[in-house]
Amino acid sequence: MSMIEENRAQASAALPGPSLAGVEDFLALLKPRVMSLVVITALTSFVAAPAGLHPVLAAVALLCIAVGAGASGALNMWWDADIDAVMSRTANRPVPAGRVTPGEALAFGMTLSVGSVLMLGLTANWLAAGLLAFTIFFYVVVYTMWLKRWTPQNIVIGGLAGAMPPMVAWAAATGTVGLESAVLVALIFMWTPPHFWALCLIKSDDYARAGVPMLTITAGPDETRRQILLYSIALAPLGVAPAFVGLGGPLYLAVAIVVGLEFLRRAVKVYRVREGDAARKAAGGLFGFSLIHLFALFFVLIAEKLVGIAPLTGPVPGWM
Amino acid sequence: MAMVEPHDEDKGLVLTEEQLRRRKARNVAIAVALFVLVVLFYLVTVFKMGGNVANRPL
Repeated sequence: MSMIEENRAQASAALPGPSLAGVEDFLALLKPRVMSLVVITALTSFVAAPAGLHPVLAAVALLCIAVGAGASGALNMWWDADIDAVMSRTANRPVPAGRVTPGEALAFGMTLSVGSVLMLGLTANWLAAGLLAFTIFFYVVVYTMWLKRWTPQNIVIGGLAGAMPPMVAWAAATGTVGLESAVLVALIFMWTPPHFWALCLIKSDDYARAGVPMLTITAGPDETRRQILLYSIALAPLGVAPAFVGLGGPLYLAVAIVVGLEFLRRAVKVYRVREGDAARKAAGGLFGFSLIHLFALFFVLIAEKLVGIAPLTGPVPGWM
Repeated sequence: MAMVEPHDEDKGLVLTEEQLRRRKARNVAIAVALFVLVVLFYLVTVFKMGGNVANRPL
């Protein structure tokens, strides 16, 4: 074998083979289910915000926020491929399954991150673009790279990233950060720990195998149940708060009270039922209902605006 | 990880049917994304200008 042929053979061996990634793999990198939550919460701000953008510009801005959220999901999957590979829930994700190379996921995530932030800045304003950039940075660097593998408070603090979309959208629509959007952020922020820890109670083995210091592993299931109950109690008043800052009307208040009480009832059940299948069922029930709870609250806020039900109170004056 | 097919001096790297199909799908997706981006920039430009086009000094 000549030296040229030898070098070529070595180069071929060092290169990854032709990509087997399909379009659906790149869509999976965007975490579509998380993206749907981002879309509904951001859409609520666009619908509820006073004055605001032209509907076409608002739609483009909403797309930017959704793509920014998807981009941070792709970067999360790039960094966490080693963890995802050993967890049953995530082992079939595109990177650990080998369908997308880490380099492809990184390039895809970075391109969409930069593109979505710049596009939002051009479409709406640079405050919104800055908040979107902060959200992506917080999710990828602060949560994924730092908190997730370091502290059991990972999803408490990291939950801020998932809670930010209503504020980004509010800033895009109004050019400022209102108390209304802060209340929505606080609502999602307080909702995240009981939602996620309920899942952890079911998938604790997965996280233990991956070495992720979730609360169920570091403090045990009983302490996790206590924390779920405490956060659920704190969540209850935040669920009805939008009705008192000029966002929600009487229908919202009624729905918020009903789903808030049901959330609390399920959290108490998780706290009390600690053994066997019944305990798993209670945790699974809380996890499933938490999704219904959040979607219901934001759907009602949108529906009230669309059918013209007035908020119970006017906007809070003099806040930012 | 996909294996690199043996080189043929004349043909170079030969892709399998599946690799060709997926590459074509990715190319189509990139083309669609670029087209959507063009439409978005057009719409954003038009709606940002709004009525200012009519109001400009002539």
